[in-house]
Amino acid sequence: MTFKKISSQLNIFAQCKKFGLPLWQCPQFLFLIMGIIIIGSIVTSYAIGIRYIEDPEMVALVSLLIALILFVIAFTITRSFERLAEANRMKSEFISIVSHQLRSPLSNLRWAIELLISGRLGKIEEQQTEYFKILKENSHRMEELVQNLLIVSRIETAALPSKKQEFSLEDLIRELIKEFELFAKASNVEIFFEPQVNLPKIFTDPSQIKLVVENLLDNAIRYVKEKGKVLIKLEERGQNFYFEIKDNGVGIPKDDQKYIFQKFFRSENVMRYQTQGSGLGLYISKAITEKLGGKIGFKSQEGVGSTFWFTLPIK
Amino acid sequence: MKTILFIEDESALQKTFGEILKQEGYDITPALDGEIGLRLAKTKKPDLILLDLILPKMHGFEVLKKLKEDKETKDIPVIVLTNLEGIGDVEKAIELGATTYLVKAQYSLDEVVEKIKKALNE
Repeated sequence: MTFKKISSQLNIFAQCKKFGLPLWQCPQFLFLIMGIIIIGSIVTSYAIGIRYIEDPEMVALVSLLIALILFVIAFTITRSFERLAEANRMKSEFISIVSHQLRSPLSNLRWAIELLISGRLGKIEEQQTEYFKILKENSHRMEELVQNLLIVSRIETAALPSKKQEFSLEDLIRELIKEFELFAKASNVEIFFEPQVNLPKIFTDPSQIKLVVENLLDNAIRYVKEKGKVLIKLEERGQNFYFEIKDNGVGIPKDDQKYIFQKFFRSENVMRYQTQGSGLGLYISKAITEKLGGKIGFKSQEGVGSTFWFTLPIK
Repeated sequence: MKTILFIEDESALQKTFGEILKQEGYDITPALDGEIGLRLAKTKKPDLILLDLILPKMHGFEVLKKLKEDKETKDIPVIVLTNLEGIGDVEKAIELGATTYLVKAQYSLDEVVEKIKKALNE
């Protein structure tokens, strides 16, 4: 092991950053803490030992031996933690590389289809257009999945920086509702937005919070039964903004509710009802909301509907 | 007729974009790697450059830096068209002098054409 390698190993903060873990979960930091505790307890037991036992050399030897054994155990445990953390980091990096590599052919595919549909290369028969649209929609779905995987890998490697700025959350929600208008109409869903009057501007990352609202809005519309109604509220509550989205969709079965923010989780009734979806949207929404200093939650009843909410600090 | 230099190593994209831009009335010069792109920028002096970032022989950032350092090419607007979206990539491109930074996966063909027209003040 070269000197550079050893010194980089000793830089605990850099090591923890590499794994994307908080300090108290980081193997190197835990090893350091365990080391300090072991040294402390050995010194204490030695101090106590020489006071009450006649043979201090023996006490010192036994203490040293115990210290050595404890160090080896601590090292083995933290080393295995380190391997796990390293494997997790490599997995996230792998997802990131694969996603990037998948993105280019997917954009090529989508643009080529768009060019064909546009009729610039010759007239397309109505029946053909229908199939080109299927191709376009599916390439778009793949792109979305890849995009979500990239976001997840960034969250897990702590590589999703926030670019905070002041903006109107109310305007951002209105724009999103406009974007979702067609999808809502096609799904037979009506969207109502009731913001509190005179809301202040918010200081947070607009592109990240857009992802959260997008995910919640998409879920509310996607999982409706027959005629749907989605009600969005936005309020100022103390130092926070409170956002709420209520639907009368399929709801989440009680047994599934505790898993709903887990990665890749899709509830059993939703799988029956709607095959599309990656199970990443809510995981991403929770990670982002918490990173921006807010909270996210929901209440839901199967067959009645769900209400998701999040809070965000105004400043 | 306005000329566009398209520095992109994906021949499929060269073909799709070449076609649509040709139909929009632009003269397209394709370049399949960074070095050729830089050379063609100097000799052809296009009205606009579309630049990918992950390129063979010379990275897009290097190309952009050299374009902006050169007196002859520094005023040509450059649109970065890439799927690279890492930390600080957008900031770096704008800092180096790119006019716009477009992530391919997030734009439709028509939207990219609109951005090109805007960059050419059309």
